[in-house]
Amino acid sequence: MRKNAGVKIGSFILMKCIRMLTLLFAICLISFLLIKNSPIDPVQAYIGADMLKVGPEQRERIAEYWGLDQPVIVQFLNWGSALLKGDLGTSMIFRRPVSEIIGERFVNSVVLMLTAWVLSGVIGFVMGVVSAMKKDTWIDRIIKLYCYTLASTPTFWMGLLMLIVFAVWLGWFPIGLGVPAGVLAEDVTIADRLQHLILPALTLSVLGVANVALHTREKLIDVLASDYVMFARARGEKGFLLFWRHGLRNIALPAITLQFAAFSELFGGAVLAEQVFSYPGLGQATVEAGLRGDVPLLLGLVLFSTIFVFAGNLIADIIYYVVDPRTRESRTI
Amino acid sequence: MSVLEVKDLLISFNQYTSGLKQQQLNVISNLTITLEKGEILAVVGASGSGKSLLAHAILGILPSNANVSGTLRYDGEVLTPAKQASLRGSEIALIPQSVNYLDPLMRVGNQVRTSARVENPVTAQRKVFERLHLHENVEKMYPFQLSGGMARRTLLSTAIVSGAKVIIADEPTPGLDPVVIKEAMESFRELADSGCAVMLITHDIVSALSIADKIAVFYAGTTVEIAPVENFAGDGEALRHPYSKALWRALPQNDFIPIPGAQPHPGDLPPGCLFAPRCPLATPECDRGQPEMRTLRDGMVRCIHAT
Ligand code: SF4
Repeated sequence: MRKNAGVKIGSFILMKCIRMLTLLFAICLISFLLIKNSPIDPVQAYIGADMLKVGPEQRERIAEYWGLDQPVIVQFLNWGSALLKGDLGTSMIFRRPVSEIIGERFVNSVVLMLTAWVLSGVIGFVMGVVSAMKKDTWIDRIIKLYCYTLASTPTFWMGLLMLIVFAVWLGWFPIGLGVPAGVLAEDVTIADRLQHLILPALTLSVLGVANVALHTREKLIDVLASDYVMFARARGEKGFLLFWRHGLRNIALPAITLQFAAFSELFGGAVLAEQVFSYPGLGQATVEAGLRGDVPLLLGLVLFSTIFVFAGNLIADIIYYVVDPRTRESRTI
Repeated sequence: MSVLEVKDLLISFNQYTSGLKQQQLNVISNLTITLEKGEILAVVGASGSGKSLLAHAILGILPSNANVSGTLRYDGEVLTPAKQASLRGSEIALIPQSVNYLDPLMRVGNQVRTSARVENPVTAQRKVFERLHLHENVEKMYPFQLSGGMARRTLLSTAIVSGAKVIIADEPTPGLDPVVIKEAMESFRELADSGCAVMLITHDIVSALSIADKIAVFYAGTTVEIAPVENFAGDGEALRHPYSKALWRALPQNDFIPIPGAQPHPGDLPPGCLFAPRCPLATPECDRGQPEMRTLRDGMVRCIHAT
């Protein structure tokens, strides 16, 4: 039976991966076509300010060199085969391989996102639990109000607010960037980095709690009204023990999966927060690549974020599959 | 002395009707029953007549929007909410209806152990499982893996390991096959014979009759008759209340004549005798207030014309 379950999980993951590949292909094609049809002229974007010094003949030669005179489908295949070899091209803004830039930026972003993810998950969960256990009291109302307000607050606005209060007025934190300005890279300490991380991470977490908290609250209220909790009370269980034995068990799993499935919002939030705080992460790179017509970098980022979000969803699915006994153990033992 | 006494129990809910108008729904009213050691009292009545609330009221686990009045006594002592909380699961145990009352994410062995009030819950649970012919594997299962019969016996074992003296079984037989029902009924008899007081709340009169000592007939939120089980025989001539007689005759193995009409909705109860709209013997006096429960022969009845 055990072996059977292993095979089942294996085929489940395989199916997911096939889906991932078709999705990636579709994303590649669509973003390629979108950019092809956008007003960005790759030659112009590449040359930039020197455009005036380059004659039309020279421009054509560049276009020919890059294969821009070939049919769209050939161009796509060229790009696609390079991609399959792991070559994402060279960023025009940074003049360095795209994969290198993404890797570097990802390290910065991952610290930010992970901090925000853990903080918002834990705090949101606790808020949801407290709110549900104290349903209809003042504390529940405050938490609900907070969540509803935040759920409709734009990230950039929250970020600006944080900057104004904590960086400008109180001066507790630096106003932006990932490291202090005017300090050599090798002189930057961990403490410096942490100090620059706190405000953006806080902004993201403060906003991120709403979703988990509201979801956990709903779920726990359902659980507390369920037949099995009633029966547990009939057997003399109460208070914290009751929550620990029957509540936590039944709400933790949905909360964790929700948190993984929220990777896309996390990424979206990071893009905005990094922009506000000039934090050198993936989000900021995305905005720059978009604004300055850095096609290879933009495409690379699109692919990367797709994989990132998909990974979150995949982890959520796998956790549900593996942890929930109802899917894990088959009916006959 | 009775172990458990319920006197004039009233359970009502406030319901908002159109607009902000509030209406009080009396789901259970004037309910009086007693439970004796070593005895099985079956509370029988149609499904959906609020019988489960009786069980919840005794345990003190009604939803917070329920209003309760009347007196409950355990061993002669008045049951306050605090007293109920201390007796729940140790002196009074509930056997719920279905497997949905087990935590879906907890192994059933553990759930049975949490009910045990003895020093070694694991051995207690294993002993009970053995006694109820539950295979050792079962303790490692999750509720969704149990068959109907296994679920039944698991729920029963929660009550047995608790060592409670009063056991309230709420609709223990729906959707089970006759063999499992028979087995469940026999286990209740065993519990009663070992000195427990058992209250069996059910709509399955036939099964209840096979093991109960007394039958309380429940109609529209109250008891209309309490009769020794022997009265349910022949044409029902020994029964006191017209509803009990009709119920008895409506059984398939008897005349199989359904009772015309339907139970009144709690928001729309008749002014007098609750059974009057459907009663073949009703007279104008019957509409003048609800008849009191009175002793008649060796039982009790709530009907002014009963003889
Ligand atoms: S009191 Fe009257 S209406 Fe009610 S059951 Fe008796 S005879 Fe019928």
